[in-house]
Order: sequence, then C-alpha cells, then structure tokens
Amino acid sequence: MMSLIRERLAEKGGWLRAAAMCAAPGLLALAFALAAGWLTPGRLTSGTFMRTFRMVDGPHPGFRRNHAKGLCVTGWFEGSGNATPLSRAPLFAMVRSPVVGRFALAGGMPFQDDAPEKVRSLALRIMPAHGGEWRMGINDIPVFPVRNAKDFNDFLLASRPDPQTHHPDPARMGAFLAHHPETQQALALLKARPLTSGFANDTYNSLDSFTFVNTGGTATAVRWAMVPDQPASLPAGQGAGRDYLFHDLIAALAQGPLRWHLIVTVGGAGDATADPTVPWPAGRRQIDAGTLTLDRAESEDGGPCKGITYDPLILPEGIAPSDDPIPAARSAVYARSFTLRSGEPDTTSAIGRAAIRPGEQ
Amino acid sequence: MRPVEHFPLFARILHWLMAAMILTMLFVGIVMVTTVGPAYHQLVDLHRPLGICILALALVRLVNRLLIRVPPLPDTLPPALRTAARLSHIVLYALMIALPLVGWGMLSAGAYPVAMWPGFALPPILPHDPALFALLRHLHTWLALILFGVVLVHLAAALMHGLLLRDDVLPSMTSGPPADARKKQDA
Repeated sequence: MMSLIRERLAEKGGWLRAAAMCAAPGLLALAFALAAGWLTPGRLTSGTFMRTFRMVDGPHPGFRRNHAKGLCVTGWFEGSGNATPLSRAPLFAMVRSPVVGRFALAGGMPFQDDAPEKVRSLALRIMPAHGGEWRMGINDIPVFPVRNAKDFNDFLLASRPDPQTHHPDPARMGAFLAHHPETQQALALLKARPLTSGFANDTYNSLDSFTFVNTGGTATAVRWAMVPDQPASLPAGQGAGRDYLFHDLIAALAQGPLRWHLIVTVGGAGDATADPTVPWPAGRRQIDAGTLTLDRAESEDGGPCKGITYDPLILPEGIAPSDDPIPAARSAVYARSFTLRSGEPDTTSAIGRAAIRPGEQ
Repeated sequence: MRPVEHFPLFARILHWLMAAMILTMLFVGIVMVTTVGPAYHQLVDLHRPLGICILALALVRLVNRLLIRVPPLPDTLPPALRTAARLSHIVLYALMIALPLVGWGMLSAGAYPVAMWPGFALPPILPHDPALFALLRHLHTWLALILFGVVLVHLAAALMHGLLLRDDVLPSMTSGPPADARKKQDA
C-alpha cells in the first residue's frame, strides 16, 4: 500500500490531494478549538467566574462558589390558583408541592460572620407531584447591581480585597463605577433598602425578569418576590454572634412553620425586562400566586440541599426565560460550580448539625 | 475488476444523518460548557434531546450493522490498518451509545430534570449522588473529546481512501449502485 501511496503522490496533483486529505480534519479541529475558546484565553467563560470567585473569596473546596454559607430548609408550596390565568405551570394550581430550600449569605466565604447589611438569599426547589419542577435563587435586595455577565465579573474583581488592607480598594471600585452609572444607581437602592432582623421576616426578590405563558400561549413579563407573613422587626445590633442570623432562623423554625406569599408582579408597557438593575415602577399589578411554608431546618452537612444546584433556568412549562441575560449566566456558572464542588472532598458547614439539635453529633 | 460493493441505502442514510448530528452535538457541547451568554440555555435545550435522538439512532444502527453485509476492505490494505479500521469502528459505536448514556446518568446523579421539551422529562437512570455527578460530568467531557478525535481520524482515513488510494471504500458510503447495476440485481 505504501508504494501505491508514493505512486499516487508522484502523479500530477498528488500532493494537492494529500493536502486536501489533511485540510478537512485540520480545519474541523481548528474550528473546534476556536469554539472551545482554547485560542482565546481571555474569553469570558464559566471558568473565568471560578477564577474570579477564587481570587475574591479565596479557595474553599467543597463549597458553593457563591452564597457559600447556608442552611437547608424543607416545607411546601401551595398554589392559590390566582396565577393560573398567566401561567400554565402545574404548581400554580391549588396543589401542595414539596420544597427543599436553602437560606444563605451572598459571597463565596463559607465561614463569614453574619451582619445585618449582608445580602441574604433564599433558594428554592419546588417539586410538584407530576413533574414541572421550579428552581430559583432569590435575594433580599431590590435590584441586581449589574446588567450582564461581563459587568458582574468586572464588578466582583473590582470588589476584591486588597492583600494589604483586606478591604476593597476604593480606587478600583471607583474606576468601575465611573463607567457604570447603572451600578451606582443600583447600589444606592441596595443601600437604601430597609433591613429586617433576620431571614424569617425578610423579603426575597427574583431581580431577574421571566416570562409566564398560559394555556392559550399568551406570554406575560413578570418578576416576583417571597413576602413574609412574619412581622418585620429591627436588625440586631453589634455582638449578636457570628452566626446569629442562622441561629435565629433555626430558633424561629423550632417555634413553628414560617410562611411567605409568592407575589408576582406583572410588567407594564415599557418596563425593562433585559436590565435587572432597573426596578419596575410601583403600582404594577400584583398577584398572590401561593404560599410557601417552611417548617424544618437542617444543616448542609448531610442535608437535602447540599447536593442541589439552584439553577434559575430549571423552569416548569409555563415559565420561560426573558431577554434578561443574567439567568443564563447564572445557570452556566452554577453548573460549573456544582461540578467542581461535587468532586471535591466533603466539607463541614459553618452551621453544623449540632447548631440545629444540640447534643446530636 | 469486481464492481464496487455499496452500503445499503438505510445504512448510508443513518451514517450521514448521524455524522451531521454528532458534529453538531460536539460543537454545541463545547460552546455550551464555556459560554455565559444568552445562548447558553438554548444550547442546553438543544443538546439534551439531540443526545437522546443520537442514542436511539445508534441502537438502530448497531442492530442494522449486525444484520447487513458490510462491504469488505480492499485486499491491498495491510493487516495493521485493517485492525485499526475495525477498532476505530468499535470505538465509534461504543461512544455513540456511551456518551448519551453518561449524559443522562450524569444529569440523574446531579438531580437535574432530564428535560426533553417543555412539559416532558425523562426519568432518572441513576440515584441522586453529587460525587457520581462530578465523576460522570468529567467523563462526559473526556469521552466527547475522544469521540471528536476518532471522528477526525475516521474522516482523514476516508479521505485517504477516496483521494489517494482511490479504492472502493469511500464510494461504498457516498453512493449507491448505478441504475443499470440495480436493474441487473433485480432481474
């Protein structure tokens, strides 16, 4: 065969044919390398975010790369039927769906101290009996500080602590804010938000816009919030303890179930769906879509939320993404974080089992 | 000289359809796992049902392959290349079946709904186990990269047969028997 190949190469155009033979797979490999970003190491990928979180918060193997300090909760969601004209998602009907949730502090430090002004989050996995699961991660701030994934990465990098002072470098953040007036406005809204005493009486907002689709196929732009039944009280002062927010929540759940109403806000004409830094005007139509009841706290150590990623694009039929770019970025970054932490050695959470049932190891 | 022996039409359709699907899948996959852009969820929504389609077609194709007569390789091919051709086809079939199964198993172990289209998800095939999810997730990537490598070698080999050796191997998959030969066969 080798002699035949030599013969064929010696023919007129033989080398051209050999070149064509190599070019087709070669070009395909090149296209693949380009698509993978191997030739453009500066491209923003989910891996970039892993490096950014590591740089900002330090390495914390086994923990979520963001919202690292948390506690599992369980309970149920009961639809009121009021949202069924807007969305055909089965969980909005008057049925009870089990919930596995997680309260957390924003940020990648799993052992950070609790403090009143730190951003609190609630993640939910709502599992109706016959499919149509809905996951979300919602926060106690009124708007998101940035418009897209690139700005979020830059914002995180600008907020990273200086190795000498252990505080963010004001010059670096100043430079970012100078180019991002929308972040300045959003941070002003964040700063002005009323703080409550803890997780139990806090309101958690979707921040991002989504689309409800009803049985007739009509699409409606929405945002939503979990609004507590528990009355607001003033935040604790200094010296409440480094895990006081979580301990208070555990104590409240030991007293009895906690309830929130899922309040869906319907977007009006001209309301921004693609920009989570802009709040929707007050007075928009609101629907009480159902009640979330949480009745049990469990440590992440062996708890039911540990092995769950609260990917905001796990949506039932009847809820769809909007043109807001943040949920897709969160979904991609959460997937990478979930893969990394699930392959890392097991960890011990700041809020261990003993915090929930003293005496139990 | 004996006439070219072709793959039956059904085998050729399966081959070229799956070639397009697998290449699409590999590119969708590699873009999907890196991008943080708005296309991310659309790519994920395409990747999962396309993978299950490939799994179903690969099983049909495996049965078909065992039933049909495969056109023989030319006698001039050295034994080492013959073995390489045989092995590469076994690897291709194994990966066409294993990759979607690993993907399905990985989503199951990660407690992700294996969503096919709005309102329909496949049942999990493995228990919820995050460590297993991580393992299968890495395996999925490595198997995909191996599949892409074997596809490139397969393409190069096909072109070597078609452009340099100019034997019967490439035509057996690119074309059917000419019309007069078919008539002769029918008679």
